Amino acid sequence: MSRDRYLRHARHVLAENPVTLVASALLLVLVLLALAGPWLAPHDPLVTDTALKLDPPSWRHWFGTDQIGRDILSRVIVAARLDLAIAVSAVAISFALGSLGGACAGFFGGWADRIVTRISDTIMAFPLFVLAMGIVAALGNTIANIVIATAIINLPFYARMARGEANVRRQAGYVDAARLAGNSPARVLAAHVFPNCLPPMMVQASLNLGWAILNAAALSFIGLGVRPPTPEWGIMVAEGAAFIVSGEWWIALFPGLALMLAVFCFNLLGDGLRDLIDPRRRT
Amino acid sequence: MTALLDARGLAKRFAMRGAGGWLHAVDDVSLAIAPGECVGLVGESGCGKSTLVRLLTRLTDHDDGRILFDGHDIGAIPAARFARTPQRALIQMVFQDPVDSLNPRFTAFDAIADPIRRLGTRESRASLHDRVRELADLVGLPLELLGRFPHQLSGGQQQRVGIARAIALSPKLLVLDEPTSALDVSVQAVILHLLADLRGRLGMSYLFVSHDLSVVRLLSDRVLVMYLGRIIEHGRVDQVFDRPAHPYTRALVSAAPVLEPSARRPRLRLSGEVLSAIDPPPDVCRFFGRCPEGYDRCGREAPNLRAVDGGDHAAACHLIGGAVLT
Amino acid sequence: MSPPLLDVEDLSLEFRTRQGVVRALEQVSFGIGPGETVGLVGESGSGKSATAYAIMGILDRAARVTAGRAVFRGVDLIGESESRRREYRGRELSMIFQSPRTALNPIRPVGAQIADALRRHAGLGRAAARRRAIELLDRVQIPDAERRSHAYPFELSGGMCQRVLIALAVAGKPALLIADEPTTGLDVSTQAAILDLIRELAAGGGMATLLITHDLAVVAERCDRIVVMHAGHVVEAAPRSRLFTTPRHPYTARLIASTPRPGTKLRDLVPVPGTVPDLRGVLPPCRYRTRCERAVDACDEPPLPRIIPAPGELVACRRPL
Repeated sequence: MSRDRYLRHARHVLAENPVTLVASALLLVLVLLALAGPWLAPHDPLVTDTALKLDPPSWRHWFGTDQIGRDILSRVIVAARLDLAIAVSAVAISFALGSLGGACAGFFGGWADRIVTRISDTIMAFPLFVLAMGIVAALGNTIANIVIATAIINLPFYARMARGEANVRRQAGYVDAARLAGNSPARVLAAHVFPNCLPPMMVQASLNLGWAILNAAALSFIGLGVRPPTPEWGIMVAEGAAFIVSGEWWIALFPGLALMLAVFCFNLLGDGLRDLIDPRRRT
Repeated sequence: MTALLDARGLAKRFAMRGAGGWLHAVDDVSLAIAPGECVGLVGESGCGKSTLVRLLTRLTDHDDGRILFDGHDIGAIPAARFARTPQRALIQMVFQDPVDSLNPRFTAFDAIADPIRRLGTRESRASLHDRVRELADLVGLPLELLGRFPHQLSGGQQQRVGIARAIALSPKLLVLDEPTSALDVSVQAVILHLLADLRGRLGMSYLFVSHDLSVVRLLSDRVLVMYLGRIIEHGRVDQVFDRPAHPYTRALVSAAPVLEPSARRPRLRLSGEVLSAIDPPPDVCRFFGRCPEGYDRCGREAPNLRAVDGGDHAAACHLIGGAVLT
Repeated sequence: MSPPLLDVEDLSLEFRTRQGVVRALEQVSFGIGPGETVGLVGESGSGKSATAYAIMGILDRAARVTAGRAVFRGVDLIGESESRRREYRGRELSMIFQSPRTALNPIRPVGAQIADALRRHAGLGRAAARRRAIELLDRVQIPDAERRSHAYPFELSGGMCQRVLIALAVAGKPALLIADEPTTGLDVSTQAAILDLIRELAAGGGMATLLITHDLAVVAERCDRIVVMHAGHVVEAAPRSRLFTTPRHPYTARLIASTPRPGTKLRDLVPVPGTVPDLRGVLPPCRYRTRCERAVDACDEPPLPRIIPAPGELVACRRPL
């Protein structure tokens, strides 16, 4: 019963808001690329053909070729998987840990609050990108470490939000009612307060995905994490940057465009997601 | 008859940051509720009735005093662990603001089922659906509304959900915290009838907290009047409302708007500021300074509750029995 | 009877919402004489606040007045331009609302807020505005007005905040004060004090008052005439003495019967049957028809009947009691 209503509500939300519709369509495209990339790419992204190097966009190579003859379109498509995977993992980790820690801090107060706040403050004391660079440098130049670094610098964002939300809801009447119904404090947090903190955080999570992609791309841009010849939007922009001045604009432009669209998509999706999740918006 | 709830000397103080000192929210409050009785609690904002309610329902720990429920000392267990005791199910509450007291993500069904899932016996959990439907019927909530979320229900329906949830475990004491003040007058009438009916049917005692004196009068057998953390008068409803002994009660009764012109009393105006509840001097009557009558003794000695015209009617005022002129 | 200060004639109002058009008010008519205190009562959804907002011209953007006038001192406020209405607002025509603390700017001392309004509307200079602000705080019986004028809203109780708003409202010596549920949520004794204050100010300044509330007992004590609304209609209007002794509209009688009174018992408290109809759908000419035990077939026929037994009185019923 409620599943059917949920779908109807989802349709309603999409119909209501054309922006959400566009963003959802874009998201679908991105996910499709991420899942089926290697099969959708017209050429092998790693194959080089120096005879064709630095070719502008043509019918054979829609996005042109790069400096060692690889097809840029294929590389852009295949890179979607890596970029999305990095962004989603990093956000998922920081969302999970940050919101849990923040909710405990906001709900219980006391030493839980003190610990979480100290950790949060410590992280925020650094310029975040520099901290991410430092973490990757310290842990080793791998993709997994980009994910870890991005997740760490993102923790305070969720911790702070969750802490605020939990703190406000702690005073709500239904929290008292839950205690009267026999819920232990931990259960009140888990079953009553935390689920109510989620809707506002979903919007932030979506915006955050856009930022996470950019962050990962930025780290790769400066040479951390992703190594050539792995296709990844950030590193592709870095490689292409050198060629812009000499007129080969397509090498950096297309991965850059892909990045832009991905970030756009996640940002626009934020509100739509919240409408889907918050029962108060249901009619 | 042994009282169902017997509270003696309850006190709760809050530390004031910055300015220092202690806010005496509840100060030396004693009260008793017999099985099947409905006791009203009236008082204005700042009188401490909300805090008292939290103490009695064991949501907050008290600083002094003792609370006996059905013979058990329920004050001995800290509030954080009270959910695990057998008494938790027996003391329940209906809240004032149904919007605030219903989890927006829980359907009506979930809200009513929660106490049964948490504290119910294995049998009651097995027959959960039946029990919830039974409760919905009892409170007059149409069954098709059980799948709805709070924001999809009217105020009266939301309050019915709150009542169903509160009686789910067949409590012996139900605290009603302004249950109808957020409702229209017509819906209020329906809910009041429902509450009276349930009390008789399920044999519960009520503690009915309200600022609306006429409503308290309709349902209660006895009433307590609170002011600045203390109980300053108590007795049967007709005694306290028709023959109020304490000057504050008299002012309160005269201020309440009344439909019948014949029942109106001359307005007793209260001048001056309410005394602070922060570290109040123990030797001064809390009402001193605002009281239309005030004598030297009132400023030197805090009055205790003393009997008025026999029976259970008592008020904390030096003027009773003409004992003031000393 | 002297010509009315405010004459609302056949005011009809609708809201456009996602779920359809809500016909919030239909042919609402009543008048307020100079210096008179009129009570506007009804349950939630009856349209009493919408009426006030329409008179003041502060309706939501989704609202549209579809018919009728609100003639104040000979000028139809509904038909006037916004700039013209602004000249009236805060001067001859004033309003106070529920939840006084939220109506005040939380980061500015109350005295300064009153002074701001005086400098804007009365063109006073800074020092003169400050002095007058303190005078006004004193006039609304705030003790220690000078010291209190430096207080922020969060430092004051609900009753005090309402007094500040009343001070703001009467600063321009209005001929009519509209009070929309001014004491809902306040303590009983604070409520009485605020209503007493409004009555004293009204008597002293010859000010008329439109007191909007859901509390019948309040209007029974304080109003000269009472207008009863139900689902966007005026169902009855009568002087206080007559309304409670011999109500003519079935709804009025039921409303009185469902209000707790000191003498009556719980069994005498009879709720109004049914629920307020959905104002979006098709509605019978009398919107109380589905809840009325006296309804007959003729009640389904338009138009809504309006009987005027005496000047200033009204019963909108085919079979009045």
